[in-house]
Amino acid sequence: MLVHLHNPKRDVEVPGPLRVNDLVSHLGLSREAVLVIRGDSLVTGDVRLEDGDDIEIRPVISGGASD
Amino acid sequence: MRCRRCTQPAIIEIRRHRASFCTECFLHHCREQVRRAIDKHRMIAPDERVLVAISGGKDSLALWDILLDLDYEVDGVYLGLGIDDYSKESQGFAERYADSRGAKLHVVDIPTEHGFAIPDAARATKRVPCSACGLSKRHLLNRAAIDGGYDVLATGHNLDDEAAVLFGNVLQWHVDYLARQRPTLPAAEGFARRVKPLIRMGERETAAYCVVKRIDYIVEECPMAAGNKHLRYKEVLNQIEERTPGAKATFYLQFLNEMLPHLDNVAEEERAQVGTCSRCGAPSSQEICAFCKLVEKVG
Repeated sequence: MLVHLHNPKRDVEVPGPLRVNDLVSHLGLSREAVLVIRGDSLVTGDVRLEDGDDIEIRPVISGGASD
Repeated sequence: MRCRRCTQPAIIEIRRHRASFCTECFLHHCREQVRRAIDKHRMIAPDERVLVAISGGKDSLALWDILLDLDYEVDGVYLGLGIDDYSKESQGFAERYADSRGAKLHVVDIPTEHGFAIPDAARATKRVPCSACGLSKRHLLNRAAIDGGYDVLATGHNLDDEAAVLFGNVLQWHVDYLARQRPTLPAAEGFARRVKPLIRMGERETAAYCVVKRIDYIVEECPMAAGNKHLRYKEVLNQIEERTPGAKATFYLQFLNEMLPHLDNVAEEERAQVGTCSRCGAPSSQEICAFCKLVEKVG
């Protein structure tokens, strides 16, 4: 499957099948800090991703404001 | 995984609630979290005019969308920070959202109206950019609310933001900052009421809300914020949350319930010291307010 990552923007190929939570762990990310989007839909951690799926791992942590 | 409310297939799990939701029930959940925060902390009365601070990011656009859906009278204000392409891009997201909802968006461009950009201010003050940015936002957003005759200024600070700020304040025992860290800061002479209706929503939920509602927002992080201490605090808190779901919410919401009432006198004393800036007339505890000092340094 093709996985699109942010910060910095890049694409990586990851072999399937793989559950969403395992993909997030495989990439060394925290599931609290990302959303996983297949096509244009959110998917939960137990969903099995297949070769050929188009996946975006979207970071959700933003920061900067000091107040 | 199935939705807790209706048993349809779930699109998101929220571990701290031990719940998963389908699209419709998730949107209902988000609106309910905001409604509960507004009611509990007396943020907005039904007939009040609200100005929401819009950055073009997920939190502020989700907040604007939810407040509109809850039938509040709410306009937006975007502050142009002068951070090159990032500011132009984020303004584009804010304007496109406003157009899509037929909502009114005020734009205050700091370089045009005040003669400096945030990176200039950071260089002049020799402090991190987020410091000059936060100071400018507090001053100019309040001014926009007062000048526009709004009753309330709403910001998109979410549960993760508030937990990270609380963590930082506790690490250094900044008692005066802790006393000020309230979901609702009451109106006072020269101050609009400031409210944070997203305090019951984590930033994973606000991002998910935007994905589900097809709200386009700027995903990339502000280039000035890279490596700042609040991002580090969030990483630490997320490590704890991974092992103990609900830890962030307990940390922050119990602070509001258990600790903040003990700090009422500190906040009261601080409010009593607020006077007026001799240059711009804004509320200030000094003769010249921090924003006017900043403008002077950059100039």
